[in-house]
Amino acid sequence: MTCDAPTALPTAPAWRPAGPARRSWRTLRVGSSAGVLAAVVVAVLVVPPLVQLDQQAVHLHLKLRPPGLDHPFGTDELGRDLLLRCVHGLRVSLFVGVSAALVAAVLGTAVGTLAATLGGWADRILMRAVDAVASVPHLLLGVFVVALWRPGVLPVLLSIAATHWLSTARIVRAEVLSLRSRPFVDAAISGGASRWRIAVRHLVPGVLPQAGLAAVLSVPHAMWHESALSFLGLGLPTHMASLGNLIEDARGSLLAGQWWPTLFPGLFLVIPTLAVAGLAGAWRERINPRRRSELTL
Amino acid sequence: MTAPSARDAARLAGRRLLYAVPLLLTVTFAVFALAAASPFDPVRAYAGTAGLSADQETLDRLAENLGAGRPFAARWWEWLTAALSGDLGDSTVFRQPVAQVVAERMVWSALLCATAFAAAVLLGTALGVLAARRPGSLTDRAVTSAAYVLSAAPVFWIALLAVWLFALRLGVLPAGGLTDTGSETVDPADVARHLVLPAGVLAVSQLPWFVLYVRQGVTDALAEDPVRGARARGLTERTVLLGHALRSGLLPVLTLIGTRVPELITGALLVETVFSWPGIAAATVSAATSVDFQLLAALTASATVAVLLGNLLADLLTGLTDPRVSFRDL
Repeated sequence: MTCDAPTALPTAPAWRPAGPARRSWRTLRVGSSAGVLAAVVVAVLVVPPLVQLDQQAVHLHLKLRPPGLDHPFGTDELGRDLLLRCVHGLRVSLFVGVSAALVAAVLGTAVGTLAATLGGWADRILMRAVDAVASVPHLLLGVFVVALWRPGVLPVLLSIAATHWLSTARIVRAEVLSLRSRPFVDAAISGGASRWRIAVRHLVPGVLPQAGLAAVLSVPHAMWHESALSFLGLGLPTHMASLGNLIEDARGSLLAGQWWPTLFPGLFLVIPTLAVAGLAGAWRERINPRRRSELTL
Repeated sequence: MTAPSARDAARLAGRRLLYAVPLLLTVTFAVFALAAASPFDPVRAYAGTAGLSADQETLDRLAENLGAGRPFAARWWEWLTAALSGDLGDSTVFRQPVAQVVAERMVWSALLCATAFAAAVLLGTALGVLAARRPGSLTDRAVTSAAYVLSAAPVFWIALLAVWLFALRLGVLPAGGLTDTGSETVDPADVARHLVLPAGVLAVSQLPWFVLYVRQGVTDALAEDPVRGARARGLTERTVLLGHALRSGLLPVLTLIGTRVPELITGALLVETVFSWPGIAAATVSAATSVDFQLLAALTASATVAVLLGNLLADLLTGLTDPRVSFRDL
């Protein structure tokens, strides 16, 4: 009697598919993510200056046309072309998201480096400040800041930056603490380098890759934050319509049954977010192939 | 290693309370400092449109009555001492004491959040186990991809699309509000019907994290020795999956339940606005659009309390359910 292996095991082993199947899946993911992001950059940088179409052009006789050949995304309640409005909205959202993420990354790197290099009480106070900001829900803090300063680009941008530097600060602090005990830092100290010089020349460059990754990852969330504020009517002024403003504007026509002015601006938020997540996932898989979870850094 | 006792749990809660006091002081102080640094003028806000035509003398008198000229630290201290005795000031939007606004609306927010959270945990566990049964399978791919897409989608956008589909296109559920317009009484069945859509959307927005964490936990547990032992003893796959792998895979999710409070508050803020749900989060938006400082300050403070309580709950649950973790380590 031959000992035949149990044919259909109810569970597959816990490892991932290896070999060509896995590689092609990853290539597809990286390729499509990079393609989407490239398309986004081109659309945002090239289309508005090159395509001489006025996104605000009102054609009341064309109002609320469903998606079709003339208007791929349809038109809104003033007859404005939605594709054009979405591209312009993405431009505004991306601008706010990227600048807020940059400010947050600089702030987080500064606080993290300061806390780790000064140590002692300064470290404790700075990290408790991080905990304090982290214990207020981000959007609530944003709503509070924008409410006091009145909607505008700067309050929105700063309120996003003020809530997105926490993880960068924590990551940078941990990295600096580990870098600080490396031999090259000892060498710099025995060479007579000042504390400031060590921080700027030896520690900060070492944490930049981590801080940069954290900054890139916070761009989609910053865009989300901006659109949520704009949707609540506490974001950007309407002449700078972002994707959130577009969704807010579309509420009236949605209740009248027109779905396209709501659907497309949202897709413009979802798809770049997924692309960034896809690239970040592939990047992390590359630097840490044994990491099994998508959920840890 | 000792079994978790009520005394250890109480000690942990006490330690967290000691830590929460300076934190709350800092947060409320920062709220008043931000208000003092901003161009917000409490006198004009109090006077409203009447402030536009009032003469300077009236405005000065009003400023004196409101104590607006004094340093913000003094006003913060006054607010704090009054708040400890239950007086949070008056809301200018709702023309009611802030404490009353919060108390009346908290019930509806709690109902919405609890329903949504329970649904998210149950559905998330089910989908996570389904995906973890065969990592890399078609089911797994479908569930994981859907979770990623959902986590990228803004909750207010999902809410609007849900209104379009269920309230307008299919006409099966009401589009918003707590009860039907025109009904005088709050009828439980009516409220339940109005609850389905907002709670469903909020649950869907919280779902991705639970699905991904349960999937990860169960996948990891399936590769561990106890599961191998259970399989070797010839237990059915069902017992192995639900009795062994799910039990240890659920542990990280328990910790997650408490730490999801900030996201839950954020989600509720947007969902309540879309569905005109008369909860505390929607009140935040009306308070913000008309700069009702007293209400905003109270809401920020209570949201912070909720987040801290969530963190405490997470640690208590971990300590109670995981015998490997001692309360003293938390």
